[in-house]
Amino acid sequence: MSTTPLSTPDAASSAAPETGTARVKRGMAEQLKGGVIMDVVTPEQAKIAEDAGAVAVMALERVPADIRKDGGVARMSDPDMIEGIINAVSIPVMAKSRIGHFVEAQVLQALGVDYIDESEVLTPADEVNHSDKWSFTTPFVCGATNLGEALRRIAEGAAMIRSKGEAGTGNVVEAVRHLRQIKGEIGRLRALDNHELYAAAKELRAPYELVKEVAELGKLPVVLFSAGGVATPADAALMRQLGAEGVFVGSGIFKSGDPAKRAEAIVKATTFYDDPKVIADASRDLGEAMVGINCDTLPETERYANRGW
Amino acid sequence: MGRPAGLPIGRTTERRPTPVTSHPTVGVLALQGDVREHLAALRAAGAEAVTVRRPEELAAVDGLVIPGGESTTMSKLAVAFGLLQPLRERVRAGMPAYGSCAGMIMLADKILDGRDDQETIGGIDMTVRRNAFGRQNESFEAAVAITGVDGGPVEGVFIRAPWVESTGAGVETLATLGDGTVVAVRQGHLLATSFHPELTGDQRVHALFAEMVRGASAGSR
Repeated sequence: MSTTPLSTPDAASSAAPETGTARVKRGMAEQLKGGVIMDVVTPEQAKIAEDAGAVAVMALERVPADIRKDGGVARMSDPDMIEGIINAVSIPVMAKSRIGHFVEAQVLQALGVDYIDESEVLTPADEVNHSDKWSFTTPFVCGATNLGEALRRIAEGAAMIRSKGEAGTGNVVEAVRHLRQIKGEIGRLRALDNHELYAAAKELRAPYELVKEVAELGKLPVVLFSAGGVATPADAALMRQLGAEGVFVGSGIFKSGDPAKRAEAIVKATTFYDDPKVIADASRDLGEAMVGINCDTLPETERYANRGW
Repeated sequence: MGRPAGLPIGRTTERRPTPVTSHPTVGVLALQGDVREHLAALRAAGAEAVTVRRPEELAAVDGLVIPGGESTTMSKLAVAFGLLQPLRERVRAGMPAYGSCAGMIMLADKILDGRDDQETIGGIDMTVRRNAFGRQNESFEAAVAITGVDGGPVEGVFIRAPWVESTGAGVETLATLGDGTVVAVRQGHLLATSFHPELTGDQRVHALFAEMVRGASAGSR
């Protein structure tokens, strides 16, 4: 749990190696850019994802589409299952904790996962507080529907942000909405002068220093991926063209007719997101896409994006 | 195509390509990874920098950076899009290349703990162990003194980093950690680091590479 440097009281070496720094945590997400992170529920699926060129896998017990179908409380996955996936592949493995369930996060860190997703797809454990992510060595990714939410998560220590979308629907409409919202708000911040940034911070309910940093950089200080509803190569390329630095694909791959082929196609379309010919070739003969849900028929209580504060 | 009215004829016929020797173009392999950081570091070090995803883009650069990222993904995409053979040919023909982290793996003749089908570009006579320091929780920062980089040690950012397990006779070790682990090497026109200078805002390693590219461009013309 400690973020203190490895203690090597060696006077000769001026700088002891330091783990769990913000740069190492955020830097890990930088290495994932331009890539696809795939939800997997078994070691076999993890291998299919790695074979297809995934940059990382998200180990979970049920994909969001099944969590929707089954109902009940969705929790952190079984450690045996997470370890099985860690042992099956050589690429980074992420896993989900419930929002505010910092003990699940402690367990995931002890298991040695490479990234923890404090995720609205699981049933929240705390309706006021998210976990204090600075206190962990393992980096965290969190979902956001708008800039204020993204900056509050970064203030809590998130080293990567994903726009939430609506997981388990196979419908990209909410992913588009949330990414456009975040990018649009960043664009508007850039147009403000220094006097206006204080009021902007208040409106965003986010720390002034972070608001100022975003206004200067024109981007979040951490990597921004898209999640929640990507089901096709064109969906992935759309999110990239809208400004996502990479994509999470949940149910879209392993709820489709030919997961191996679809996974590879989404990887290709994510790299060549601005080349319609490559996207067209990647989109051919993929078999059935996941069926999908129309988000406007989803009751408010079944909208995962509303979870998190 | 008609010439725009009012443009002097002499001006248009005088136009010719910028001499490559003074402004070599450095590509960054942009299949996946921290491409933007390398582009920024190269530009800050005074180089022209462009992304490379296709064989024709590779043909237009004087040197190439292979970024940090996931080496299995890069390898897979390089094969799928017909880039691996052109990359091998350019590197063999003397194009300067620099690889950080995953890029180091891509420039290694041999790798350990890779996927069975994982292809590398190769070029540096070394064996590199993938994820050698461990998983993300073992990722670390440490000061690293590099031969040929003046002004004190650089901040080494090691993320699920590889290390150099062994090297052939022609490979120069540029940096080691306190325990002797080799984390930066050079073999002629090829440079590789286990760590990520592109994440630090310190451009000295990129300046060294830009100098290697300038030297090679000047020598070949």
